[in-house]
Amino acid sequence: MSILSTQNLTIGYSKKGKTDVVQSDLNLELRAGELVCLIGPNGSGKSTLLRTLVGLQKSLSGKTAIDGKNIAGISQHEKALLISLVLTDRVDVENATVKDIVSFGRHPYSNWWGNSTEEDDKQVSEALEMVHIQKKANHYLNELSDGERQRVMIAKALAQDTPIIMLDEPTAHLDLPNRVEIMLLLHKLAHKTQKAILLSTHELDLALQAADRIWLMGTDAGVECGVPEDMVFNGSFNRTFESRSYFFNAANGNFSMNYPMTGKVSVSGNKTRLYWTLRALARAGFEVVENADVRILVTENGWQIDNKTISSVEELLLDLTQLVMIDTTPGI
Amino acid sequence: MKSRHVIIFLSLSFLTLGLFLADLAWGSIPVSVREIFSVFFGKGADAINSEILLNFRLPKAITAILAGSSLSVAGLMMQTLFRNPLADPFILGVSSGASLGVAIVMMAATLLPVAFISSGWALIVAAIIGASIVLLLVVGVSFKVNNAVTLLIVGIMFGSIAGSLVSVLQNFSNPDAIKLFVMWTFGSLSAVTWNYMQVLLPVVLIGIGMAFFLQKRLDGLLLGENYARGLGISIQQTRFLIVIASGLLAGGITAFTGPIAFVGVAIPHIARGLFRTSSHKILLPATVLCGASLLLICDIITQIPTYTLPINTVSALFGAPIIIWIILKRK
Repeated sequence: MSILSTQNLTIGYSKKGKTDVVQSDLNLELRAGELVCLIGPNGSGKSTLLRTLVGLQKSLSGKTAIDGKNIAGISQHEKALLISLVLTDRVDVENATVKDIVSFGRHPYSNWWGNSTEEDDKQVSEALEMVHIQKKANHYLNELSDGERQRVMIAKALAQDTPIIMLDEPTAHLDLPNRVEIMLLLHKLAHKTQKAILLSTHELDLALQAADRIWLMGTDAGVECGVPEDMVFNGSFNRTFESRSYFFNAANGNFSMNYPMTGKVSVSGNKTRLYWTLRALARAGFEVVENADVRILVTENGWQIDNKTISSVEELLLDLTQLVMIDTTPGI
Repeated sequence: MKSRHVIIFLSLSFLTLGLFLADLAWGSIPVSVREIFSVFFGKGADAINSEILLNFRLPKAITAILAGSSLSVAGLMMQTLFRNPLADPFILGVSSGASLGVAIVMMAATLLPVAFISSGWALIVAAIIGASIVLLLVVGVSFKVNNAVTLLIVGIMFGSIAGSLVSVLQNFSNPDAIKLFVMWTFGSLSAVTWNYMQVLLPVVLIGIGMAFFLQKRLDGLLLGENYARGLGISIQQTRFLIVIASGLLAGGITAFTGPIAFVGVAIPHIARGLFRTSSHKILLPATVLCGASLLLICDIITQIPTYTLPINTVSALFGAPIIIWIILKRK
């Protein structure tokens, strides 16, 4: 079921009568219970789109509707009951505990004095549990790691108990385990709580694995929407991230670099080691072909070239440079 | 509220009460606490003591409490609004605006009717108008500028403009007027008579009432403006109300007592340190009590025998080291 939709939405900036259109005529749809990842190169307008959807920024034309209601017509307070945010803004509150921060999510529900009800307490402790940070509920915010802080902000958004959660680059500044953890957490939350979760990210491989749907944003090219695998098959990623120095590798969902190829070898043998051998060869500038003069056999614990056994990649590459005539003309 | 907080609140209340009594008792003519009670409860007290207490020391002590709490509450609101530990109403140019108003009246006095000046009301009205004009300018800019730090710089600039206008006026004034003005800038709590109190008290109560009304929104602002919007807080309106409340508190007090620096910056940090919380529900009453206590202490110190020190000098002795401590702690 679609919970948020846009009609001919044009986003951008308008200053002193001059308009700077970032993206135009966007018709997007966000469904309950889905994790949607917004992906695109820098400058394509990911943040502008998010800011416009949540109403932090005015759209140039078109409209955004939540549950059929135009967001331009609803008050700040009503909006707070529909969308909760996790932003890139650093939160640094002196003397505030994790629980204090998560309790901010209950602000739209409490009276002017801000007394918390049993329902508020329940929502806060549930949110803390969902992001697995309940053990640190009474720790001060400045005692936490970056990953924990991000989880606290997600818990705040959960405590706000809105049908939509939007996150701007929630995995930036985090190390790999934390990035994976946050993505998995958001994926689980979308399915478990039937919330619509929209996040922008640079992590293409993570997004491909975790997202139910991808919004792919190209510079001046609009937004393509679809299930990740469909978009791999139809070549959307290569079109959006077109470049001479790398390409989208549909085999593993990663970007691979286009190395200049200067030598030719053939390779066969053990499967796991083959993958890494090919990577090393590509980086060193060897093109792998069917029948080359130099044949490499990948074995269980090493490599063989002309019956000579080699035990490390370093040696292998050194031997190859001697065996294969590499064009070392300057300028390549 | 945690039991620890209740204990600190009780101790602070007793401290304030004790300091209030001490401030009444202390002075060039010491009055015993028993004497103070007999004056208040009308049990045949000495006529001189009664006069000193009721018409001099009591309004002065009440002014100390009002000034301390007003400046501190205004400072707390500004620090939250700008998310800057060194922000306070003076940075927004309120005191400079008030000074400009006062300077115009004192030094351009020849242009104004004598009756208006001699009543003393001219100073008050001018100070409030001066403070309000600067504040309104800053508010006007706050609608255009979305960035809190930029607004802070704009406030400093407005303050500088008002300050240089004061210097220009001083250049063209006679020495007597300059002396009068310089005395005002030293700050004094004893200028508030019962007549002035009738104006000051409602202004301060409205300001502090607004601060308590805003406490939940102030909490929300701690997360930053974007998050606050996401929680349903109207930023423009909240910012406007905070500036108005701070303007009433700081402008009103400055008009009556002269600029008292450092209290607005320092007290909120003392309150945060004591209560270890970020909740304005607790910090607001805490700053009221801490601010009142600090100015009472300052007032007691100014009463050293034979000399009377300017309140601004004494408050700087307390406040400036705290600011240095804040800066060192932040590094």
